[in-house]
Amino acid sequence: MSREATINAAQAINEALHLAMAQDEHVLKFGLGVDDPKAIFNTTAGLQERFGAARVFDTPTSENGMTGIAIGAALAGMRPVMCHQRLDFFLLALDQLVNNAAKWHYTFGRPVPLTIRLIMGRGWGQGPTHSQNLQAWFAHVPGLKVVMPANAADAKGLLLSSIFDDDPVVFLEHRWLHFAQGEVPEGDVRVPLGKAAIRQAGDAVTIVAASYMVVEALHACRALEAAGVHCELIDLRTVKPLDWDTVYASVRRTGRLLALDTGAATGSIAGEIVARASMDCWSALKAPPLRLALPDCPEPTSYGLTRQFYPGAEEIVRCIGKMLGLPSLPLEFLPQRHTHHDVPGVWFSGPF
Amino acid sequence: MLRIRLVEEEIARRYAAQQMRCPVHLSIGQEAPAAAFGFALTAEDQALSTHRSHAHYLGKGGDLNAMIAELYGKATGCCGGRGGSMHLSDPRAGFLASTAIVGNSIPLGVGVALAQQLRGDKTLTCVFFGDGATEEGAFYEAANFAALRQLPVLFACENNLYSVYSPLSKRQPASRDLCVLAEALGVPAVRVDGNDALAVEAAAEQAVAAIRAGGGPRFVECTTYRWREHCGPNYDDELGYRPEGELAAWQARDPLPRLARTLSLTEADQQAMAAEIAAEIGLAFELALAAPYPDASTALDGIYRTELAS
Ligand SMILES: Cc1ncc(C[n+]2csc(CCOP(=O)(O)OP(=O)(O)O)c2C)c(N)n1
Ligand SMILES: [Mg+2]
Repeated sequence: MSREATINAAQAINEALHLAMAQDEHVLKFGLGVDDPKAIFNTTAGLQERFGAARVFDTPTSENGMTGIAIGAALAGMRPVMCHQRLDFFLLALDQLVNNAAKWHYTFGRPVPLTIRLIMGRGWGQGPTHSQNLQAWFAHVPGLKVVMPANAADAKGLLLSSIFDDDPVVFLEHRWLHFAQGEVPEGDVRVPLGKAAIRQAGDAVTIVAASYMVVEALHACRALEAAGVHCELIDLRTVKPLDWDTVYASVRRTGRLLALDTGAATGSIAGEIVARASMDCWSALKAPPLRLALPDCPEPTSYGLTRQFYPGAEEIVRCIGKMLGLPSLPLEFLPQRHTHHDVPGVWFSGPF
Repeated sequence: MLRIRLVEEEIARRYAAQQMRCPVHLSIGQEAPAAAFGFALTAEDQALSTHRSHAHYLGKGGDLNAMIAELYGKATGCCGGRGGSMHLSDPRAGFLASTAIVGNSIPLGVGVALAQQLRGDKTLTCVFFGDGATEEGAFYEAANFAALRQLPVLFACENNLYSVYSPLSKRQPASRDLCVLAEALGVPAVRVDGNDALAVEAAAEQAVAAIRAGGGPRFVECTTYRWREHCGPNYDDELGYRPEGELAAWQARDPLPRLARTLSLTEADQQAMAAEIAAEIGLAFELALAAPYPDASTALDGIYRTELAS
């Protein structure tokens, strides 16, 4: 069945949570603020009313302890879904995540069916400790799965798969994507973990992206199309384990690679993609692969300092232009920005 | 205290202009501890705070112009625009820093106190934090060490009953007494009416004297209340996360008129003070608005103290 209207990714996440909790009484939902009036940017709306305060509950401001408690509950047969309004707050819980959640299946043969939703902030002065995109850290830890949806349908489908997966999943939600509208299938329609999607087919350059960078890359691809350059855009959807087959097949076809990242460049997922593609697709490469990521620098708060901090569609077009030696860049086909650089849309007026 | 109130009200009034582009957490209604601890401490004493730190910064003597400029992300801000509202600092006033992760600055304060003790200074460190922070492991770990080493640290806990929209009842057992908790960790503790500026000041002076006499850490719990939304300039009581009448009851206990009454300040006295402060505030905003943004090309400068050749 399909509905007429689109919904945004926050609503899609909410649908996934409702479906999962209705389907399996072992699914628990907890985290600071899940039952408050703002309902984690509306993603947890209606859950407590429907499923009760025993399964859906607010927590003390105790990230590390509560994560260990979630792991313990998962070991004992529950499927907890935790959430944190910023990834940065969850850093207090790295011990439990890394030393327990990631290790128990390997060490004790016991599954840890745990999903941890982390929201990554951007703009409006989120600054050094409310905006970190640390997907590479999580991906570096063997035993964790790391998921990064880029649109509303995937937000729902990937979250459903994450919740019903028997391994610990770090589910990374870019705050700006909560507003992304899209057609989302009704019902329990899952998107498999570990499978990338080709958002646009092309033969000139393979662009690999995840999360919010997929949006910027789509704008860039459309502008390049207008100039007759057809790029292939791969949306990774899951960054660990990563769908190398899809990436390699594309790189072997195009011979060129641009890897994008919402995190800092050094040690990034984009860096890993460049490294592996170079090792495994060397003979197919027609040009050195490129990477576009954030600078190796804490994010400043000031409007003035963030103006050139984030690479976007324009930088992607410039990269591709350089790689292909384009005589001119189709920058005029990029969407006009009607807003300040630090907000997702004119309607956004802070503070979170 | 009046100055803190008027500064925060001006921030609230101007926030909608969308020129202060960072989250702001106001202390309106709970200014008394910031002002009172500020009085009890010297400029050589150090202070650290949280996301909600404008009041602590000002109470400790932090520069107003540099704070307002920081909220506007300007080059003249106390962190040159890098930190925003949640990262204030004024070393000259002994306000080391505020940080934005709950509980995050408590161990830092204990570490500063360790250095003070090792150096044999007569100074101490005051760490401000909320009730929510007492739920973080960092609080227990830091308080335990402070007690173990009898460090010169003052734990100033503003218990405003909420962590964002979560009331204490959803976060701690009803029988919890934060002072008993602190005492159990080995830190002598006292609870005080946080809306009674003079009572807080007396408690702060006592704690400071005990710490300076080598008596080790102290914990002061100030019961108080935040009037406006957790983050942002508005009132949000209509959301219904606080029992009806609770805000009104606390507003009736506004620390400002209480202090004015005790000090027998006349209407005219207060108006004269407010006028003087308003001029100072007006100037701070004027300067901040006129100041330039830091140059975007400097965004990547200063990641390290010692740059290594690449
Ligand atoms: C580790 C961590 N968890 C969650 C948050 C989100 N957060 C910001 S302020 C706040 C409330 C903390 O409550 P409290 O310590 O009582 O301070 P108050 O806001 O009441 O002054 C929370 C949960 C955070 N910044 N850091
Ligand atoms: Mg509080």
